[in-house]
Amino acid sequence: MQEGRPIPSRQINRELLSTILNSPKWFWIAVVLLGLIVLGAMSAAGFMVNKGLGVTGMNRPVMWGFFITNFVFWIGISHAGVMLSAILRLSKAEWRRPATRAAEILTVFSLMTAMLMPLIHTGRPWRLVYWIYTVPFAPYDYARGIWPNVRSPLVWDPSAVYTYLTSSILFVLVALIPDFAVLRDRTAPPTSGHSPTLTHRIYTLLAMGWRGNPRQWKLQIIAGVLLSALILPVFVSVHSIVSWDFGMAVAVKSWHSTIFAPYFVVGAVHSGVSAVAFAMIILRHIYGWQNYIRHEHIDALGRLLIVVATGWFYFFVMEVIFGFYGREADELAVRDLQFMQNPWNIWMMVFVFTTYFLPVALWLPRMFRRNLWIMSAACISVNIGMWLERFIIIVPGLQNKQVFTFSWYTVYSPSAVEWTIIGGTFALVSMLMLLVARVAPLIPLYDIKEAEILRTEVKIGRVTVPAVYRED
Amino acid sequence: MAKRAILGLFEDASYAAEAGDALQRAGVAPTDYDFLTDTPYPEGAFGERHEGHKLYIFPLCGALVGLTIGILLTSMTQMAYPMVQAGKPILSLPPMAVVTYESTMLTAIIFTIIGIVFESRLPSFKQGLYDTRITEGYIGVLANVEETQLTEVSTLFTQAGAVDVVRENQAPA
Repeated sequence: MQEGRPIPSRQINRELLSTILNSPKWFWIAVVLLGLIVLGAMSAAGFMVNKGLGVTGMNRPVMWGFFITNFVFWIGISHAGVMLSAILRLSKAEWRRPATRAAEILTVFSLMTAMLMPLIHTGRPWRLVYWIYTVPFAPYDYARGIWPNVRSPLVWDPSAVYTYLTSSILFVLVALIPDFAVLRDRTAPPTSGHSPTLTHRIYTLLAMGWRGNPRQWKLQIIAGVLLSALILPVFVSVHSIVSWDFGMAVAVKSWHSTIFAPYFVVGAVHSGVSAVAFAMIILRHIYGWQNYIRHEHIDALGRLLIVVATGWFYFFVMEVIFGFYGREADELAVRDLQFMQNPWNIWMMVFVFTTYFLPVALWLPRMFRRNLWIMSAACISVNIGMWLERFIIIVPGLQNKQVFTFSWYTVYSPSAVEWTIIGGTFALVSMLMLLVARVAPLIPLYDIKEAEILRTEVKIGRVTVPAVYRED
Repeated sequence: MAKRAILGLFEDASYAAEAGDALQRAGVAPTDYDFLTDTPYPEGAFGERHEGHKLYIFPLCGALVGLTIGILLTSMTQMAYPMVQAGKPILSLPPMAVVTYESTMLTAIIFTIIGIVFESRLPSFKQGLYDTRITEGYIGVLANVEETQLTEVSTLFTQAGAVDVVRENQAPA
């Protein structure tokens, strides 16, 4: 599969670096608008820290609300990067090329945003200072005899997320070195008489003296495969461990499930790949990258998503069946709440419809997969559904945690503070993606150029088919 | 006599490969010339020499370091703050495996990155002869030869189809 026309190297540079070298006029307006929303969210968080967690809708027994829902959601989105980059790189899927970089960067920012959520959720984020500064770089207050309890999933969780975050950042940076060299050369002074600009100096530093000889390219290619193979198990472990934050909690009936790890991992891939597909459509539209993000790429993502969505739906059904199959009264009470009682039954229907039935129906016909509006709608639908999924897992379970003691508390209702902070996280990720697009190419230049040199045509009978060479 | 660098720029990969062959026929050692491109070409596209590397050792070493750190961190913290639960052993192996697994993977990945940078001979800010047109799709054939061979090599490059030949201390066109 290699549609589109051949593009010379110079044109690839010009078009894909246009976001960096000649930023469009709307760029700073968009950044300021998103920045204002982030500022609003920061103000709301500051207000909450000042007044206490009482300004949120959380109360006993529902002590995990929107913040933890959003934490799990953004961890899920972060799985897009490795899913696309590592799995497709290892399987040498040709259509991965324009998607990998944006997916990897989305991974980094969504992980950073995810890690903000538990911090805000604590209500006392300044306590982190005690952790960090008592013993430099040690996240525990060793000086006061406090040691991590490795038996707690709440210790496994940061260890997995920080491993994934560090790995993803390093993965992105290594892959960026050749592209920084292109930027170094494009920002070089026209003649040796001119003094180099600060931008050129920075890109020279970032490129680390890259020259592009066969040895460096060989190592770059091996690095891509090797790091993909190393990050892949981390990617699986991260959402498994996030699921164990819930699964290990014996006291909350609907959480205490052995199927949670694969269910969460597949769900994360589902929401993450949908988010990448949507991000690619947006990038194609705002930067005019029609030559690079083509209908064939979105089509391929749509086909992949049908498989992922169906896999996810299987785990969802299994999780529910296992819940009923145990016939435990507490578990059935939560299921009754989720499926039979208003408003949870409505949310449940919306969740299943938007996560599976609507998007898969839209992805099945080829003409819909190649319609960017319909694909956008389907991908947004998945992410609305996946956000709701986490909400429906977390809140009803907690609501029924101690039925007799706290039955006076019925419905968790998020406050304006929570809504503002949640909205701010979406603006934050969008703003950071835009800012990165200003300093580094969101589509890997050398990957696209490699596709161009491997492009060919095969004549079969009376038709000429676009094709691509592939190295073993 | 000190060697001098000369760079031929080619638009086509086969011309660059021919220039490499011509250099070899002229007696230039394979270690004295290199090919510079803006994209990975299939291995052997220019008839370049095969170079070995030790990249695979790095993740292995990293994994061993991480495994050791993980085991020490999880066992020593449990022993430093012993929590006895229902007479079970202080060292609980399944949770230790989780944190140890993460530390193993983390250091394996960090060591791999160090290996990539080290084996790629980076950072190397003293670039030597280079031309920014290489990142616009031209293929550079860079040769380090005796000063007396410069004219001969320049002619070889031109005959092989070079669009430009750049010498050290000469501003690129």
